[in-house]
Amino acid sequence: MIEWNKHSLLDLRELNKEEIEMVLETAKSLKEVSLREVKKVPALRGKTVVLLFFESSTRTRTSFELAAKRLSADTINIAVNNSAMSKGESVLDTARNLEAMNVDMIVVRHACAGVPNLLAQNLKTSIVNAGDGCREHPTQALLDLFTIKEKLGRIEGLKVGIVGDILHSRVARSNIMGFTKLGAEVTVCGPSTLMPPGIESTGVKVTYNVLELIEQCDVLMVLRIQQERQRDKYLPSIREYARMFGINKEKLRHAKKDILIMHPGPTNRGVELSAEVADGEYSVILDQVANGLAIRMAVLYLLLGTHGKAPAGE
Amino acid sequence: MNPPIKIMDKESMRRALMRIAHEILEKNKGVEDLCVIGIRTRGAVLAERIQGYIKQIEGLDVPVGVLDITLYRDDLTLVATQPVIHETLIHFDITNKRVILVDDVLFTGRTIRAALDALIDFGRPATIQLAVLMDRGHRELPIRADYVGKNIPTSLDQDVQVILGETDQQEDEVVIQNKHKV
Repeated sequence: MIEWNKHSLLDLRELNKEEIEMVLETAKSLKEVSLREVKKVPALRGKTVVLLFFESSTRTRTSFELAAKRLSADTINIAVNNSAMSKGESVLDTARNLEAMNVDMIVVRHACAGVPNLLAQNLKTSIVNAGDGCREHPTQALLDLFTIKEKLGRIEGLKVGIVGDILHSRVARSNIMGFTKLGAEVTVCGPSTLMPPGIESTGVKVTYNVLELIEQCDVLMVLRIQQERQRDKYLPSIREYARMFGINKEKLRHAKKDILIMHPGPTNRGVELSAEVADGEYSVILDQVANGLAIRMAVLYLLLGTHGKAPAGE
Repeated sequence: MNPPIKIMDKESMRRALMRIAHEILEKNKGVEDLCVIGIRTRGAVLAERIQGYIKQIEGLDVPVGVLDITLYRDDLTLVATQPVIHETLIHFDITNKRVILVDDVLFTGRTIRAALDALIDFGRPATIQLAVLMDRGHRELPIRADYVGKNIPTSLDQDVQVILGETDQQEDEVVIQNKHKV
């Protein structure tokens, strides 16, 4: 295997195929730790990880925190409402202050694209992107890749469909990057108002016909309709979206027998995904959550390996 | 650089491991509550073989597991990049079991320290006994082996290499070699 020399994880754009595969392999080995009686190993003893979340999150934040704790790192949660940022401090100043306290890693989520990159350019601390605006959510894509590889044994040559609000989805952007790098064929589908112009340039196909998509794909990734971003009337109504693009048992009659249904969560049951499909035999939604923990352990382990020094080669 | 010196061949390795299997059975009065856990990579292969010899002698299977100690190493903060982690496969409860821990070469004792810490996280065994194919001395921790294939005096600028068919695609042997002078 290759040598890991990344100090921060900002997006899947910057990872090559070998690096993505190394994260997946490491996660495979670390998954077993969570099945033990004592769910803790001493690998990151003495390291401090700060979770700096400017947007709400249950799954991702808990997953990162548990991942750090299972590797024996100390964690600090910064709730933005209670912090100095509500007194007008800038993101960068806050992060610089955290760095002055010698933290080893900052996991950041922010509504603005590029905030993790801004921190990484200005700080020596490891930075992990836990979602920046509509840009990327790299650990989500890694855990999706891991789940598919675990279930189907491969990524290369698979046909992957992504359906929903592609325009606002950082999950879709990271996944397109990851899938195409590992040799899967990606087709995106959704209402034309929620389809970013020029998306074909990332190497994906576009369809507006959800049944055509369902018929051909091995993996169907269903995205959440982000109701908080619907103020600008991208959709006539949520009900119409559910009727046209919502994945239900009826539409899945056209699917391959062993199709995988994935969703990054949180699910709007009855909107993008019907309850019977979400809980049904093809759904791997809860596997995704379990694997998310293993992926985040792998990311923490690999990144903190360079222990606060500049990346190799500098 | 001097050529490698062969200090154990395939036949003598087989005899040494067979003797260790006999000694394990003698000391533990049979296979009751016994299990064998090998440290990756070559200890895992040797553990499989010892389990095979125990079966030949007693006609009974004992559980066998594989331990990866990377996450327990005491030098993780010193290495430049993180070592690759491999899977730990222990599919049985080790609490109240007699655990035979197997490694290829016993040297500083630091690997065994890490392995002991890892095992304790899996449960509370009745005993942990250590079996090694080669003991080359130079301990840095108060650790000794219960079963030794061969004791071999070495100097610190020598390497002891255990070569196994399963991992090295080459006939079993143990060689000793002076390290490359840089």
